[in-house]
Amino acid sequence: MKADPRGVLTGAHFLDGDHACCEGAIAAGCRFVAGYPITPSTEVVERIATRFPAVGGLFIQMEDEIASSIAIQGAVWGGAKAMTVTSGPGFSLMMEHIGLAVMTETPCVFVDVQRGGPSTGLPTLPAQADMMQARWGSHGDYEIIALCPNSPQECFDLTIRAFNLAEEYRVPVLLMMDECVGHMTEKVVIPIADDIDLMARRYTTAKPGEYLPYHADSSLVPPMAKAGDGHRFHVTGLTHDERGYPAMNADAQEKCVSRIVQKIRGNADKISMVEESETEGADVVVVSYGITSRVAVKAIEMAKAEGIKVGHLRLITAWPFPERRIRELASRVKAFVMPELNYGQMFYELQSAIEGRAETYLIPHGGGTVHDPEVICRKIVEAAKKQPGKETQR
Amino acid sequence: MNAINPMSQYLRMDRIPHIWCSGCGLGTTVNCFVRAIEGCDIPLDQISVVSGIGCTGRVAGYLKLDSFHTTHGRPIAFATGLKLANPKLKVVVYSGDGDLFSIGGNHFIHAARRNMDMTIICVNNFTYGMTGGQVTPTTPIDAVASTAPYGNFEDPFNLPYLADSTGAVYVARWTTFHVRQLIKSMKEAIQKKGFSFIEIISPCPTLYGRRNRLGDGLEMMQFYKANSTIQNGADTRDAVLDFKGKILCGKFVDRERPPFLENYNTKMAERIGPTFKPYEGVL
Repeated sequence: MKADPRGVLTGAHFLDGDHACCEGAIAAGCRFVAGYPITPSTEVVERIATRFPAVGGLFIQMEDEIASSIAIQGAVWGGAKAMTVTSGPGFSLMMEHIGLAVMTETPCVFVDVQRGGPSTGLPTLPAQADMMQARWGSHGDYEIIALCPNSPQECFDLTIRAFNLAEEYRVPVLLMMDECVGHMTEKVVIPIADDIDLMARRYTTAKPGEYLPYHADSSLVPPMAKAGDGHRFHVTGLTHDERGYPAMNADAQEKCVSRIVQKIRGNADKISMVEESETEGADVVVVSYGITSRVAVKAIEMAKAEGIKVGHLRLITAWPFPERRIRELASRVKAFVMPELNYGQMFYELQSAIEGRAETYLIPHGGGTVHDPEVICRKIVEAAKKQPGKETQR
Repeated sequence: MNAINPMSQYLRMDRIPHIWCSGCGLGTTVNCFVRAIEGCDIPLDQISVVSGIGCTGRVAGYLKLDSFHTTHGRPIAFATGLKLANPKLKVVVYSGDGDLFSIGGNHFIHAARRNMDMTIICVNNFTYGMTGGQVTPTTPIDAVASTAPYGNFEDPFNLPYLADSTGAVYVARWTTFHVRQLIKSMKEAIQKKGFSFIEIISPCPTLYGRRNRLGDGLEMMQFYKANSTIQNGADTRDAVLDFKGKILCGKFVDRERPPFLENYNTKMAERIGPTFKPYEGVL
């Protein structure tokens, strides 16, 4: 289906990432947002609060992030496309409800504009240190989708993508922005509504009384119902059977959770997105995401000027991690260099995909600002010139 | 003999027997609830029940309605989203004292403040039954619980007063002995526009009753019968519950206050002007 033109601000704009995210959500058909103020994400909900009355949406500022992260799920079961927006401390509070959305297969979007942590950390300054929390933050075992925009334009585009993926796989999708991307202002082109493809929610066609809420076909994604449709269905965060009824045994657990995991894992190659430049024939590949990818581009230019054959792979999806593509490159690349605004998170996923087939170099950074491109450049040069067989740096 | 319980059409009979102990008051409250919705002129397809976690949290799963068993303490926040996405739904939150007033207390006071249009049914058995009888914010002073083995020393919440003071438009308390009054009250609360609240004092003979030597379920009901006074319109400040003390019951509050969405639409129309179309749901 196409976007509703009433919500789409077609044209070229000068927007920051937070505002672009808001416009992406509206274009994607999001009409319910629950949030709680937190820097550096607040501008998203401020714009939502201003824009929603005109487009038939409803924004509610909830009492906390816990409430926000479950109010959106109530709204989804009431028929809405819904989103919540936060930053690190609020993201921590939302973890239980990411699990609820996973378990109940509630399509919704969580935006985390990352700032320095742990705890209150650096409210107004960037980090990329919630990446593993995005993957593993809620208890229990599950698969998740997380996207990492590196520009206001991508904040717009990937917010739409996040809503579409949420509907396609009935999974919460996490938009992992960072303070720099959220607060940088750039040109954002918003297409006409007819050029924005949306994934409509797939509702059951079963008659009332015949609907099995958690019975999936080979896609592993069951069709939904919404409250008021006459199906009188039950939804629970407990392990459940196809009827949606609690089922407290190992067999039910296996059936319930393996499908929830497999519907993402089995489609990992379809879901995962990377952007590559000059990775063919490269000795060194820099792997980066979010704001760090833009610093990496500068560093790569500097290294090329020194005659190094260096390419760039940017993660657009952090989760599922593009494992297959990394493995392909690992068989012909000498080394991977990964700068990130943390002390090593996605880096360990990279190492795990490479399985020792190439050297790996982490360029850690505590956050608060971005890397010095010179530091990344030096590491690229070091990686390119290193004799093989030496111990990999961690 | 193929007698069918007339209430079975409202229940997920394929989930019976339920998990509740013999003598528990929850079944009585559910029976009252289905009789109440039977007596309301609301299509069943438009009623959604939202529960949190705990013994009362299981109510949603036994009712043959659209029903949501959410997370511990958060049913009101979930219900807020559900109601706002589709305001035509009649949303009932059905949960326990620990769920609604310990872990979920913040959501209760804010939903009351906003006058969110929903009914909250709190089954108060003074304990966490599902986890083995721990102290809750409603456990009376001196009552013994597994985590208050020497008797509770924290002042409990007076739930009707809390609901009244935070803005609920309908506040009542009954015990599971008062089935007729409870059914009537549930009907009124469900049909009331705005945030309505009913506290139901209910026996947990297995954990609260046994540990406090209050006898079995029947003896606890006899206690309710002997020690309850009905005083409609009573000052909610007088609704404090003491251990083995008098139980003040009745409909305490029934007033008018515009609910959240009405205030929203009024304010937006006033500030934005005629271009604003009143919000009536996302669909």
